Amino acid sequence: MAKTLVQEFTKGLWNEIPPFRLVLGLCPVLAVTKSVESGIGMGLATTFVLVCSNILVSLLRKVIPPKVRIACFIIIIATFVTVVELVMQAFAYPLFLTLGIFIPLIVVNCIVLGRSEAFASKNNLVRSTADGLGIGTGFTLSLGALGGVRELLGYGTLLGKDIMPASFEPFTIAIEAPGAFICLGLMLCIMNLIGSK
Amino acid sequence: MGDYIVLAISCILINNILLAQYLGQCPFMGTSKKMETAVGMAMAVIFVLVMAGLITWLVNTYILVTFGLEYLRTIAFILVIASLVQFVEMFLKKSIPALYAGLGIFLPLITTNCAVMGACLININEEYTFMQALVASFSYAVGFGLALILFAGVRERIILGRVPKPLQDTSIALVTAGVLSLTFFAFRGMV
Repeated sequence: MAKTLVQEFTKGLWNEIPPFRLVLGLCPVLAVTKSVESGIGMGLATTFVLVCSNILVSLLRKVIPPKVRIACFIIIIATFVTVVELVMQAFAYPLFLTLGIFIPLIVVNCIVLGRSEAFASKNNLVRSTADGLGIGTGFTLSLGALGGVRELLGYGTLLGKDIMPASFEPFTIAIEAPGAFICLGLMLCIMNLIGSK
Repeated sequence: MGDYIVLAISCILINNILLAQYLGQCPFMGTSKKMETAVGMAMAVIFVLVMAGLITWLVNTYILVTFGLEYLRTIAFILVIASLVQFVEMFLKKSIPALYAGLGIFLPLITTNCAVMGACLININEEYTFMQALVASFSYAVGFGLALILFAGVRERIILGRVPKPLQDTSIALVTAGVLSLTFFAFRGMV
């Protein structure tokens, strides 16, 4: 019944794509998707943490005592988040400012902890890496897509370029909090429609 | 005194942690199907958030800043919160087992509740004094409870309605949250 590595990777792209199928880690999804750019930036940062923590958890899975495993996972994750935070501050400062407190908050993103607990602590190094990459890519794509929809509706631009006709009146609400909830809810609905066929 | 009241109102209504700051969405979606669990979760968060807000403020001011260790903030904060949650869990298991059973998986998940960690980080970023941090943490927690309980009330009614199949469950919940967020949006003109 062992799944191939490719399946391990691709399940993150559709079957278990966060945040649509696994309704986890919603906060960054709603908060940083005001544009495609910040959505993808957040996605990449999360992917890095996800892959690194999956690798380390998988390597240490026989050493970590089961009773304190959650605490150990959190420390591992927090370490990588600190790495991301410092690297971003040094090399991508504007993005660091846009994402704000949501970078340290990757620590408490349920997806990362969820994968450590549900997958990396039970599987070997290679499979865990594939899983981390798959889920991370899925997460980045979802954030990019939601960012795209909201940027298009809210500013009438895509990746900073005007693409809507001049008569287009931007829906400012789409880039505010209510728009985030409604866009995500409707995207989930569309995914369900496609999935049920 | 007036300043504290303004701060409290802005934290509860205008910058509501769930509906305007987008923090703590997992328990918002997860525990809002039943009123009982929503109330329990709200109480647990109020308790944990106030304590976490105070302890992380002290840790930040007297340990991290004093020794120039600000880059360890993320790790230090998550450790404080994780141990606090463990404590609350042990306390509830002993004294209120019914509530403990009701909250189930969501109690340990407070550790990964970004509302708690997020509010602590906001306290530090806004450079609040100790009293301000106390008021802000409490108000954020009350705002969390308010939004969660309101939302649970709405969701209990939605179950009775006829919702198109693809929209069911989380999807309609998100749209509803959007409408609720829209109402909170109106408070922006207040302060």
